[in-house]
Amino acid sequence: MRLHEYQAKQLFAKYGIPVPKGRIAGTSSEVRQVSEELGGSVVVKSQVLVGGRGKAGGIRLAKSSEEAEDLATQILGMEIKGIPVRRVLVEEAVSISQEIYLGITNDRVSQMPVLIASPEGGMNIEEIARRTPEKIARCQIDPLLGLKDYQLRDIALSIDLKRQHMKTFMEIARSLWKVYVDCDATLTEVNPMVITAEGRLYCLDAKIVLDDNALFRHPDLADLRDTDGEDFAEVTARKYGVTYIKMDGDIGCLVNGAGLAMATMDILKLQGGEAANFLDIGGGASAEKVSAATRLILSDPKVKAILVNVFGGITRCDEVARGVLEAISGKETTPPLVVRFLGTNEVQGYKILSGTQIRPARTLLEAAELAVSLAKGGVQ
Amino acid sequence: MSILINKQTRVLVQGITGNEGLFHAQQMMNYNTQVVAGVTPGKGGEWVMDGKVPIFESVRTAIEATGANATAIFVPAKYAADAMFEAVDADLPLIVCITEGVPIQDMMQVRQYIQKTRTRIIGPNCPGILTPGEAKLGIIPGGITFPGNVGVISRSGTLTYEVLDALKKAGKGVSTCVGIGGDPIKGTNFVDLLEMFEADAKTDEIVMIGEIGGNDEEVAADYIARYMTKPVFAYVAGISAPSGKRMGHAGAIIEGDVGTAASKNSALEMAGVKVARHPEEIPELMQ
Repeated sequence: MRLHEYQAKQLFAKYGIPVPKGRIAGTSSEVRQVSEELGGSVVVKSQVLVGGRGKAGGIRLAKSSEEAEDLATQILGMEIKGIPVRRVLVEEAVSISQEIYLGITNDRVSQMPVLIASPEGGMNIEEIARRTPEKIARCQIDPLLGLKDYQLRDIALSIDLKRQHMKTFMEIARSLWKVYVDCDATLTEVNPMVITAEGRLYCLDAKIVLDDNALFRHPDLADLRDTDGEDFAEVTARKYGVTYIKMDGDIGCLVNGAGLAMATMDILKLQGGEAANFLDIGGGASAEKVSAATRLILSDPKVKAILVNVFGGITRCDEVARGVLEAISGKETTPPLVVRFLGTNEVQGYKILSGTQIRPARTLLEAAELAVSLAKGGVQ
Repeated sequence: MSILINKQTRVLVQGITGNEGLFHAQQMMNYNTQVVAGVTPGKGGEWVMDGKVPIFESVRTAIEATGANATAIFVPAKYAADAMFEAVDADLPLIVCITEGVPIQDMMQVRQYIQKTRTRIIGPNCPGILTPGEAKLGIIPGGITFPGNVGVISRSGTLTYEVLDALKKAGKGVSTCVGIGGDPIKGTNFVDLLEMFEADAKTDEIVMIGEIGGNDEEVAADYIARYMTKPVFAYVAGISAPSGKRMGHAGAIIEGDVGTAASKNSALEMAGVKVARHPEEIPELMQ
């Protein structure tokens, strides 16, 4: 789960990480008010959970509170990558003499947290990492021992940090680690961290991603979730405990297990089709859950055929069949359904669906071929 | 022979009184696995399975009384790390953690903690281990495969069953099947098991089932090219997945272009691995 910039900055501030003075605002008159309080010269930053806000014109500099109000009117009316801007963060403008990158994340390779820093932060950091990897300093952090001061001194040396900034830099990095641990984050990132003309360090942009698996320990953070940028079906799916990700194709998929769901999408593609969604009903799904999942697929107008692929183990094929039946019964028309059951109670499963128009398939390949040709209007 | 578990393995089940734990402990016993003890704090002294399996308060006391030498963990995610630490401190050589949803930082601590011990952890979020005809630790349905000479390693659950079923239909049995789990941080990787299968006299061929994300398959490809003499076959799920949801810049900086199915497939092919385009194609490649 990703936090908004303003939420991340509030957390950072609590941990003593210096962030520019600022406030969140929902209307242009509020923006004007905040801007006046901050002395007129401010940055107005849209708060949406997508990248590329700056390039989309969602981050603007204002020289006066009048200009801030004008800009806010524009920004609050816009959509960035399809997501409406409902709030902006209004912050004092700071003079920048250097931009640094600083972040902590999970390194899957070493299976440890890793701290990354670069003397050249900002929007092009990924480009810098690709072109000039020597400008990226990193160190692995022992998850049992934590971040050590000598590691930070090493990092500071590698990024040529001036001695007078050392103390503040180390405090910020230590706090960033503390946020990472305390909040069960998978990413805490400051990009850029700026050194101002006056020689002060500020965290200009903040990103925090939390581990969904650990949210049970942080009910206060879980409450910060903003579903604005998410697909309605994805949010509904989460409520039912199934994983649904919208895709671009026209064949709806209902599968148990993430790997098998991906394999099912792969084989559709191999047969010249495209999946309309990724959908994993998980292990041991009840009829109710399957019914909700099937309705999600049916709610997508682009779906021209549906492929149900279930390998029964803990999941029972009869239970899945009951769920599918419940979702399609009473509907005048549904897209053609290809069903492939294997394993626990497969015979009972097929029997439950025997009164319907479903097309059974024996192998995954056969099921995919059939679904693709049905979606193309081929086989009737 | 086989790897990790066999008829002699004496199994302990942590979380044996929960729904999942009880059901699967029974399934393991139906497969003639020696389930010798269960651990559920607060229920020590009770019995399950019609008085056949005693429950203990702690892993240590369970081992002392029964000589268990492996554990299958079914406890809820919030207690999973504690259950693993307990089993490590009791010096169990093998832990299989079935639990799904273990917090990542918990798992990073566990993984770091076992570095200087003799304990091997499989999982978490995995289907466990099956040595056909001998024993199973976890939830892999026993009936979908039979004893043979193919070693199977997989990051997935049901996709593994799909592959086992396809192998069975092609007349191919399995020496041991290990589900290493789908989480980013896990106890055991492809490489560890490739090494064991290479050394196992019963295994002639190896099938590995990967997924997008991380670089486990790329690392495995490098290992295969250098050290493996037995043929390896692979399928990596996710060739149709849209280019990943990246975690900020940090993810891109450390992972670069690895992690896609295309990158994994080409690394594996370069290492001489035959790569299937879909799971049912694996047995065809093995002919």
